[in-house]
Amino acid sequence: MPLDSVDLAAIWLTFKLASVTTLILLLLGTPIAWWLARTTSRMKGPIGAVVALPLVLPPTVLGFYLLVAMGPNGFIGQITQSLGLGTLPFTFAGLVVGSVFYSLPFVVQPLQNAFEAIGERPLEAAATLRASPWDTFFSVVLPLARPGFITASILGFAHTVGEFGVVLMIGGNIPGQTRVVSVQIYDHVEAMEYAQAHWLAGGMLLFSFLVLLVLYGSRLKQGWRG
Amino acid sequence: MSDAATNSGIQARFRLDYADFSLDVDLQLPGRGVTALFGHSGSGKTTLLRCVAGLERASDGQLTVNGERWQNSAQSVFVPPHRRPIGYVFQEANLFAHLSVRRNLEFGMRRVPAPQRRVALEQAVELLGIDHLLERMPDRLSGGERQRVGIARALLTSPRLLLMDEPLAALDLKRKSEILPYLERLHDELDIPVLYVSHSPDEVARLADHVVLLEQGRAIAQGELRETLARLNLPTAFSDDAGVVVEGEIAGHDAHYHLTRLTFPGGEVLVSQRPEALGQRLRFRVHARDVSLALQRAEGSSITNLLPARVEAMVAADTPAHVLVRLDAGGTPLLARITRRSADQLAITPGQALWAQIKTVALLG
Repeated sequence: MPLDSVDLAAIWLTFKLASVTTLILLLLGTPIAWWLARTTSRMKGPIGAVVALPLVLPPTVLGFYLLVAMGPNGFIGQITQSLGLGTLPFTFAGLVVGSVFYSLPFVVQPLQNAFEAIGERPLEAAATLRASPWDTFFSVVLPLARPGFITASILGFAHTVGEFGVVLMIGGNIPGQTRVVSVQIYDHVEAMEYAQAHWLAGGMLLFSFLVLLVLYGSRLKQGWRG
Repeated sequence: MSDAATNSGIQARFRLDYADFSLDVDLQLPGRGVTALFGHSGSGKTTLLRCVAGLERASDGQLTVNGERWQNSAQSVFVPPHRRPIGYVFQEANLFAHLSVRRNLEFGMRRVPAPQRRVALEQAVELLGIDHLLERMPDRLSGGERQRVGIARALLTSPRLLLMDEPLAALDLKRKSEILPYLERLHDELDIPVLYVSHSPDEVARLADHVVLLEQGRAIAQGELRETLARLNLPTAFSDDAGVVVEGEIAGHDAHYHLTRLTFPGGEVLVSQRPEALGQRLRFRVHARDVSLALQRAEGSSITNLLPARVEAMVAADTPAHVLVRLDAGGTPLLARITRRSADQLAITPGQALWAQIKTVALLG
């Protein structure tokens, strides 16, 4: 068996982190993307820029600020402590919070594009057919934006799987709790265990390729049959 | 004006200011039949329709439809579009791309409580001839088919007011003539008041009972169709297309010459043979530019349609060389567009009796 139990734990942890993060991001990103797609407010620019920041920031910068914010004296830390949750750094919950920030643009931007592409007209048609705004969102917007949701989920999931810098800054390297695959590969290389590093790195490569293949493949035959 | 005093019909007053366009209308429209909102593009007719639907919110607006108040900006009353009992037909159908034709049709119908439904799916499908399309997706429909589905979809909400925004504008001539008969059946078979936006005089003449003429966001004339179109005081923008609409009855067919005789109060005209049976009523349009005047009944002329008429009034037309003469042909109003020179030579004066020679009539059917 080329992968030992620590490797398998890292893979399982990575999968769990990416799933939880993607789920939270879809819930959080949908209203943000909807607002960005529809608003005429002057805040659209600044908010859009903040959402996009993780695209350009070095993960260490994001990780550093999150570490400070979630620490005992940071504002997130104050909140979690007053709720009796302790502090988040070096916990799985802390990794989830970090990943949500880190992968936010990868979910919000495809959704925003999808919402913008729908335009005003189907919404107006729905309104003249007695559908309330909420009804319209669920019966018209969501189905029409389905390709956007698929893209957003895949990108959010894959990007979280590939996370390294933020994890190291706020999660450290605790087996079974915060040691994800990317960190495990790093550890193997540090320990000169190239064979195991190869297995994990090769797995990540294959995974990433398959994700992109699915994504681009589905874009080619995207349509509205069925 | 109190709501009680104006219990039927549509009272619409909207004032709306955009950077490059303003709408300012105060209209009393009948609560039944087809009312055309007619004007050139940019005249504000679509904006007015969107205000009635609530898709556009005029900052200063009051709207009462058959006694129900939909907007009163003074009292901050604004019924959102999805709570207004309207049907809206968009210029380009605007079907939901993710739903089949059947589910497009059911979309609005399912959202209307069953006891309030007055139009059955089968009825709308039959009326618009779309039963063979029910399982198709919208991107597999032609423009004309899409528009028919859009009309059926609007009807299935059992609207108490049907709003149609140039439903034929995006279609070519062939598709137009494919849909027009359905619109006429709608008019004849369902008693739903319709506001119909159009820039096509022929469409208006064929379908409308009542017309509102819009120009630059203002209503410049409104009234019963035939009476309004025959008015002389319309701005010159409309007079190059001036003309009247007459409704006649088929009184006879001439098989030898392939002609059909249409009678109406004040006379009769011969037109190319029609397939309709005796007694059928047909609307036709007589353009002012196709009517010439003569003091005596012309002999030896190729023009067969001659009507005795009396001059009612004369005004300047769209060019300085022309005048518009309003005639009364035994109860049917006619307009003639003749040169000022001819008017002087014939010494046209109100009350004068003469002959109107009609070169062609445009049958609307």
